[in-house]
Amino acid sequence: MAQTTSAAPDPGPAQLAARGVGVRYDDDTDAAGLGRVRATAFVVPALLLVGAFLVFPALWTLYLGVTDYRLTGIAAAHPQFVGVQNYATAIGNPQFRNSLWLTILFVLGSAVIGQTVMGFGIAWTVRSVPKLVRSAIETLVLLAWILPSSVVAFLWIAYLGRENGTLNMILNTQGTDWLLAHPMPSIIVFNTWRGAAFSMLLFSAALNAVPPSQLETARLAGASTLQQFRDVVFPHIRGHVLTNTLLISLWTFNDFSPYLLTAGGPNHASETLPVYIYNSALYAGQLGYGSAISLIMLVINLMIALFYLRLLKERRT
Amino acid sequence: MSEKAAPAPDNLVAAVVRRVLFYALMTLVAAFFALPLLWLVFTPFDRHPSLSVKLPEFTLDNFRMLLQNPYALSSLKNSVFIAGGAMVMVVVFAALAAYALSRVRIPGRDALLYGLLLLSSIVTGTAAMVPIFLLMFQLNLIDSRTGVSLVLAGGLLPAAIFILKDFMDATPRSYEESARVFGASPLQVLRHIVLPIARPGLATIAVWALVNAWGDFLIAFILLRDPDKSPAGVVMYTFYTEGGQANLPLISAFSLLYAIPVVAMYLFVSRRYGFRFHGGIKG
Amino acid sequence: MASIEMQGLTKTYPGGVTAVNGLDLTIADGEFFALLGPSGCGKTTLLRTIAGLERATAGTLLLGGRDVTTATPGKRDVAMVFQDYALFPHMNVQDNIAYPLRIQKMALGERQAKALETAEGLGLEALMDRRPGQLSGGQQQRVALARAIAYRPQVFLFDEPLSNLDARLRLEARTFLKRLQGELGVTTVFVTHDQAEALAMADRMAVMESGRIRQVGTPSDIFHRPINVFVANFIGSTPMNLLPAVVAGAAQGAHLMLGNERLPMPATAAGLLLDDGEEVLLGSRPEYTDLSIEVRPDSLGGRVVVVENLGATALVSVETGGQIVKAVVPEGEEPRIGEPAWMTPQHHRALVYRQVDGLLVARNKEPADDTRTESLTA
Repeated sequence: MAQTTSAAPDPGPAQLAARGVGVRYDDDTDAAGLGRVRATAFVVPALLLVGAFLVFPALWTLYLGVTDYRLTGIAAAHPQFVGVQNYATAIGNPQFRNSLWLTILFVLGSAVIGQTVMGFGIAWTVRSVPKLVRSAIETLVLLAWILPSSVVAFLWIAYLGRENGTLNMILNTQGTDWLLAHPMPSIIVFNTWRGAAFSMLLFSAALNAVPPSQLETARLAGASTLQQFRDVVFPHIRGHVLTNTLLISLWTFNDFSPYLLTAGGPNHASETLPVYIYNSALYAGQLGYGSAISLIMLVINLMIALFYLRLLKERRT
Repeated sequence: MSEKAAPAPDNLVAAVVRRVLFYALMTLVAAFFALPLLWLVFTPFDRHPSLSVKLPEFTLDNFRMLLQNPYALSSLKNSVFIAGGAMVMVVVFAALAAYALSRVRIPGRDALLYGLLLLSSIVTGTAAMVPIFLLMFQLNLIDSRTGVSLVLAGGLLPAAIFILKDFMDATPRSYEESARVFGASPLQVLRHIVLPIARPGLATIAVWALVNAWGDFLIAFILLRDPDKSPAGVVMYTFYTEGGQANLPLISAFSLLYAIPVVAMYLFVSRRYGFRFHGGIKG
Repeated sequence: MASIEMQGLTKTYPGGVTAVNGLDLTIADGEFFALLGPSGCGKTTLLRTIAGLERATAGTLLLGGRDVTTATPGKRDVAMVFQDYALFPHMNVQDNIAYPLRIQKMALGERQAKALETAEGLGLEALMDRRPGQLSGGQQQRVALARAIAYRPQVFLFDEPLSNLDARLRLEARTFLKRLQGELGVTTVFVTHDQAEALAMADRMAVMESGRIRQVGTPSDIFHRPINVFVANFIGSTPMNLLPAVVAGAAQGAHLMLGNERLPMPATAAGLLLDDGEEVLLGSRPEYTDLSIEVRPDSLGGRVVVVENLGATALVSVETGGQIVKAVVPEGEEPRIGEPAWMTPQHHRALVYRQVDGLLVARNKEPADDTRTESLTA
C-alpha cells in the first residue's frame, strides 16, 4: 500500500506556484462568518451616538472655551474669539476658586474618607454578623445607592428639616436648619450615605478573596485581630483601596446632587464645581466662560481616569 | 507556651463590653442608613404626613391626590418614554457593536475599546453639560424627549459595550462555528444561536441602562423646558422647590411611585442573573 | 465517493505563524483517519481548515473530488463535532439534533421525526426533552454525534472527541465510536493528542509536528516502524529505548558498538550501507526488549534500579553503561532491585536511526525518509 508524506523542506511560494497552487490572502476568522464589512456596520450606530454626544462635545469645549459665547445678546449670534481670557477670568474669579476648593473638600470628605471608611467598615464588620442582620444592613446601604437622586435628595431635605426633621427630633435640636447653617458638612454626610454601597461591595469582594488559609496561619501563630488585619488582610486589599478611592473620587467630583439639596447655597457656600458650572453657564448664560471651566473639569477627569487605568493595568500584570 | 488561666472576671467583662459596643455600633450604622429611607416607607401612607419619620395613620388618599395632579402621571409616562427609549438604543447598539468587536478582528479594536472606556469616565454629564446643551440647541433638539434619550444613550453606550464584549468573549465560539458548519448563514447564526445565548447579558444591560436613565436628573433638567415633557426626576424636584410650602402628601406618594420601579428592577435582576459589579457598572 | 485530498495545504496566520505547512495527504473514502500530534502541531488547525472555519493561505483541498478550498463552511457537506460538543444550551436534545435539518429548510414535523430516528439509533430517545445542561458527558457526546449524523454529511470531523470524558468512560466511548463509524461507513477525520487513542481507533493515521506530517500509515506500521525519532518517541505507552551506538565492522557485516558492548545489527537494517563510525540510535521498545537475570550473548549488562508495577506486567529500569534501559517483563518474573540483569533487543523488532537526521535506516536501497513514496509493509 503506497502512501504519501509531506516534503521534508518547507515548500516556499515558488515551489507551490510551480505545482500550480495559488496563494490566497488570509481574511476574517470570525465565528459566524460576518465578515469585516458587516462587522463594521454593526459598530457604526454605537460609534455615531458616542461620537455625537461624547466625543464631539468634549472636543467642542476646546473651541467654545476660547469664545465669548452667550445664550442671548450679540455674543449669541456672533461669538468672538477671546483667547484664554475665559481661563484668566476663571482663575481670577473668587467664586470659581471657592467652588474648586469646596469640590476638593467634598471629594476628600465624602469619598476619600467618608465612603471608603464607611464602606470598608461595614464590609469588615458584617462578616462576623448573623446572615439576616448582614442581609438587612447591605440592603439598606444598597437602597441608598440605587434610588433616584431627586428622591434621596428630598429624603434628606425632610430628614434635615428645621422644625420637623427626624434628625432634629432625635438630637433634640429643633430650629437648626442644617442645610442652611452647615451646608458643606450636610452634603458631605449625604454623599457618604449615598455612595457607601459601592465601596462596601468592592471591599466585601476583596475581603472574600483573602485566602482563609493565610488568616488561619496568622491566627495559629498567635496574631490578634488587628495584627491579622495589618499583616494578612491589608496587603491583599491595598491595591483595591487605591483604585476604589480614585474611582469614587472621580464620580464624586462629577456629582450634581448638591444642587438638588442646596442649589449651591446659601450664598455659594456649597457651590461645588458642577453646580457652579450650571449656575454660571446655563443659568446665567455665560456659555463661553462655562465651557472654559468645563474644559478644566474634563482635564481633571482625564488625569484621574488615566491614573486609575494605569493602576488597573499594573495590577493586572 | 503561656498557660491559659480560666477566664478571669475582668476578661469576661471586657469581652461583654466589646460585644455590646459592637452591636451598638451596628445599630448606629443601621439607623444612619435606615432613618432617611423610612420616611419613604411610612409617609406616603400617612393621613397627616410630616417631614419626620413616624408611624402612619394608614390611608391611600395621598395616592388619590397624586392621580389628580396633572404633572405627576404624565411625568411618569415621560420617564417611561425617555428611559425606555434610551434602554432600547443602548441594548441594540451595544449588542451589535459588542458582538462585532468580540468576534471580528477589526483594525484598531483594542485602542477603540480603551478609548471608549476612558471617554465615558471623562465626559460625564456635568463636565459636558455646556457643550451638550449648545449642541442640542443647534440641532433644534432642546425640549425634545427623544433628544434626552439620545444623550443618555450616548453616555451609557461605552460601558455597555465594554461589559457586553466581555460577556461575548466569555461565550465559546464553538456554538456559532458549529451552526455555521451545518450550513447556517451568518444572520441565521445570530438569530438562532447568539441572541438566545446572550439573553442574560442583554437583560442585565437593559435593566442597568433603564435604571440609570430612569434616575437621570441633569440631562432632562437642562434640555427640557416644557413641564409636560419633563420626566419624574425633574418633576419631583419642581414639586419640592417651587411653590412655597412643600406638598407632602403629593411629594411622598410621588417619590414612592417614582422609586419603586428601580427597586423592583434591581430585585429582578439580582434574583435572576446575579448582579455583578465591574467597578463602574452603576455610576 | 468522499475522499479527502489536500495538496500543499498551508495556513499561515497574520503575524507569521505557520500552523499548517504545505501538507499533501489523501484520505480514502470511508476511512477512520486520525491526526495525532502534540499540542501546537497544527492538527486542530488542519481539521478546522477542512471544515472551512480557517481559510487556507495556500494549497488545494478536495472533498469527494470537489474543490472546496474557498467554499464557505456551510457548503462543504462536512459535519464537525467540537471538543466541547457545542450543544446549543437553549434548545432541547430534539431541537439540537434537528438543527441541521432546520437549516436545510425541512418542515417541522419531518425534521423532528428524523431527529427522533437518529436519536433512537444512539439510544437517546428518552432524553429528547432534556436540555444539554441536564445531560451527562457521555450523553452530551452522543447527542453531538446524533446531530452530526442527522446532517448526513460526506465527512465527519471530530476534534478531540474523547478528551472531555473521564477515564473510564473514555475507553467505552472509544469502542463505541469505532463501531459506529464502521457501521456508518462515513469518512471520518479525528484529532487527538493521545497516541493510544489514535492507535486503537484509526484505520490510518498521520503523526504531525510543527505543521508538517512526520509519518502516515496504519497504526501497526507506525507502531512497529516509526520512520523517524520524533515518531518513535511519540508513539507507545512506554517510550522506546533509544540508545546511542556506533557502527563498526562495516566490511565484514556491520555490528553496533554501545560503549564497550557489542550488539548485532538488527534485522531491519542488516545489509544496508552504513559507514564505520557512523553514529546511530538503536531503538528497542521496552515491550520488545528481553530481560534476563542470567548472562546472555549479544546483550547489555547492567543493574536493576527501578521496578514499576503495571498490573499484569512490570516496567523494569536497568542502568547499563551510564544510561537507563527499560524492559517490560511479565508478572512473576520481576527482578529485585540491585540485581544484575541482561537486556536483549529483539532481533526482528529493533530499529536503527541515524543520529545526524533522526531517520530510520530501513530495508531499502537508501535510508527511509519522508520525501519518498514507499512501501513499508514489505
